[in-house]
Amino acid sequence: MDFTLSEDQAAFQDAAQRFAAAELAPHAAEWDRSAHFPVAEMRKAAELGFAGIYVAEDVGGSALTRTDAALIFEALAEGCTSTAAFLSIHNMAAWMIDRFGDTDQRQTWLPDLTSMAKIASYCLTEPGSGSDAAALTTKAVRDGDDYVLNGAKAFISGAGVSDVYVTMVRTGGAGPKGVSCLIVPKDTLGLSFGPPERKMGWNSQPTAQVILENARVPVANRVGAEGEGFKIAMAGLDGGRINIAACSLGTATSALKAALAYMGERKAFGQKLGQFQALQFKAADMATQLEAARLMTYRAARSLDARSPDATLHCAMAKRFATDAGFDICNDALQIHGGYGYLNDFPLERHVRDVRVHQILEGTNEIMRVIIARKLLGDLAAAS
Amino acid sequence: MKVLVPVKRVIDYNVKVRVKPDGSGVETQNVKMSMNPFDEISVEEAVRMKEAGVVDEVIAVSIGPQQAQETIRTALAMGADRGILVKTDDNLEPLAVAKCLKALADKEEPGMLIVGKQAIDDDSNQTGQMTAALLGWAQATFASVIKVDGDHAQVTREVDGGLETIKVKLPVVVTSDLRLNEPRYASLPNIMKAKKKPIDVTSPEELGVDPAPRLQVLNVAEPPKRAGGTKVEDVAQLVDKLMNEAKVI
Ligand SMILES: Cc1cc2nc3c(=O)[nH]c(=O)nc-3n(C[C@H](O)[C@H](O)[C@H](O)COP(=O)(O)OP(=O)(O)OC[C@H]3O[C@@H](n4cnc5c(N)ncnc54)[C@H](O)[C@@H]3O)c2cc1C
Repeated sequence: MDFTLSEDQAAFQDAAQRFAAAELAPHAAEWDRSAHFPVAEMRKAAELGFAGIYVAEDVGGSALTRTDAALIFEALAEGCTSTAAFLSIHNMAAWMIDRFGDTDQRQTWLPDLTSMAKIASYCLTEPGSGSDAAALTTKAVRDGDDYVLNGAKAFISGAGVSDVYVTMVRTGGAGPKGVSCLIVPKDTLGLSFGPPERKMGWNSQPTAQVILENARVPVANRVGAEGEGFKIAMAGLDGGRINIAACSLGTATSALKAALAYMGERKAFGQKLGQFQALQFKAADMATQLEAARLMTYRAARSLDARSPDATLHCAMAKRFATDAGFDICNDALQIHGGYGYLNDFPLERHVRDVRVHQILEGTNEIMRVIIARKLLGDLAAAS
Repeated sequence: MKVLVPVKRVIDYNVKVRVKPDGSGVETQNVKMSMNPFDEISVEEAVRMKEAGVVDEVIAVSIGPQQAQETIRTALAMGADRGILVKTDDNLEPLAVAKCLKALADKEEPGMLIVGKQAIDDDSNQTGQMTAALLGWAQATFASVIKVDGDHAQVTREVDGGLETIKVKLPVVVTSDLRLNEPRYASLPNIMKAKKKPIDVTSPEELGVDPAPRLQVLNVAEPPKRAGGTKVEDVAQLVDKLMNEAKVI
């Protein structure tokens, strides 16, 4: 086993770190405060290849591995968690079209997505179905060469601004086998958006409902066959979970650095904070948790790259562990800053607010446990 | 026209530099290393000249250990065409570096060398000037604008009084200043493409250069820590301290 980065990986990481330090970090607090979606900066990121990291080269992608992508999202999140996380969703949606789309769909949509001339959103969740995504009810009824869509998608990152909505809809009977995946362009008649949600974190990207009322989408926009939509949505999420885990790692890295620096400056009871053993131990635990989370995330990415039968299991484990650790580390870093940690003038409270949602979306951490347990008990049943 | 751009591997500008306990130098083990920022500016300028059609080939040169190849790769990812690694584990002084660059310039016959005005590790600000002298070429230091016009170049220099524009005959050694340009980031696809670009390896010995240092470092020390101030009771005490402790009046 080799735990060192290859020369290429070090170069990708360096490129992402530099970009994050120069183009994201200086603005992250302001974007959070004013709920600004930094489209211009994301397009700059796209110029460097960050909008189609694991999309094929013929359509402008960078054709790198999931492990490379994890390193890149970790580095980007060190600059701005919420913007890095949106880029991860855009990458996931683009990859689904690359992996499961036909030649026409790839050529029609991907060049604009890899350059971020167009922005993509991923639409699975509905007001009445989140964790139980296979219960989705947005209906698509075939009418000649079109599908006619009715229903609503909830909590959609990028909604209202994105140009392309990769949307899971029901074309058949109940359950996962009745779901199909459609590319819905923003200018579709009958497509509208709810007001932007007011939320705890992830403020540099909009979240809103996507409402479909007799919206007509050509059958040619269906990705994969009818009934394959749920499988496609879940395949996207395996990689998405690694990326979200990586975003937690990056933010936790920032928080830990801030906490260590503060321990070297702030004095109480005539000593530096760093001289209190209680805080030394806290810092040691934070760094250890971070390292463990990092190793699990890279491991899961490797499994996905190797198409291991355990990839889904490893992705669920890494997502659960790294997003929990990421939240705890940011929260501990806030605690080490005392009252200052609670102020907007310091980045800690933003870090805590931003990484909190990583424990909820792309499958809640409870659902990660459901996936892990199902696999463990399934293997057990198969063995008996 | 070819352009030769030397790129030095230095401690990353974000790293807090630590002096070795024995005072023999600074700690470079397990420290992040990157391309000297002034060299990034030089590479960017050369690549822009190539994109503008003024230059045909950009060659990045690094003189240093095997790992200096990574610095060359960065230059290739930014758009340089090929690299030359002058491999040595010795720490070369500006004169030895200038001699290596002269030897390479004699061989490659570039129309221009763009050299960083200084490297952020030793801050010598000597290499470009020495190289021009050894080659017998014109030099234009601290450039903030470079315009090539036939067999001449017009270079705007950052001087104490403001800006000075000079016209120099090619071939020329230009040293780049901070405001020459803003270097681009290497993109992921270009990092991958850089792997396929050739890097030749040579050594100071092969170039006929004696790398032995001419200077001897006696001691490297941290700058003195800033001592805290004190409060004085009255003017008399202040005057007394200024006279007898600080000895400034
Ligand atoms: C800021 C933000 C952005 C989002 N972006 C997107 C997006 O771009 N696209 C998209 O499709 N979705 C998005 N989501 C939706 C997100 O994926 C869902 O919120 C999430 O899957 C949970 O669904 P829910 O909110 O309906 O919770 P519910 O499913 O109602 O769950 C409620 C609680 O019950 C628990 N629970 C549910 N089932 C079980 C079980 N079987 N065992 C144990 N516990 C269980 C859950 O873990 C949770 O704690 C986003 C959400 C947020 C907050």
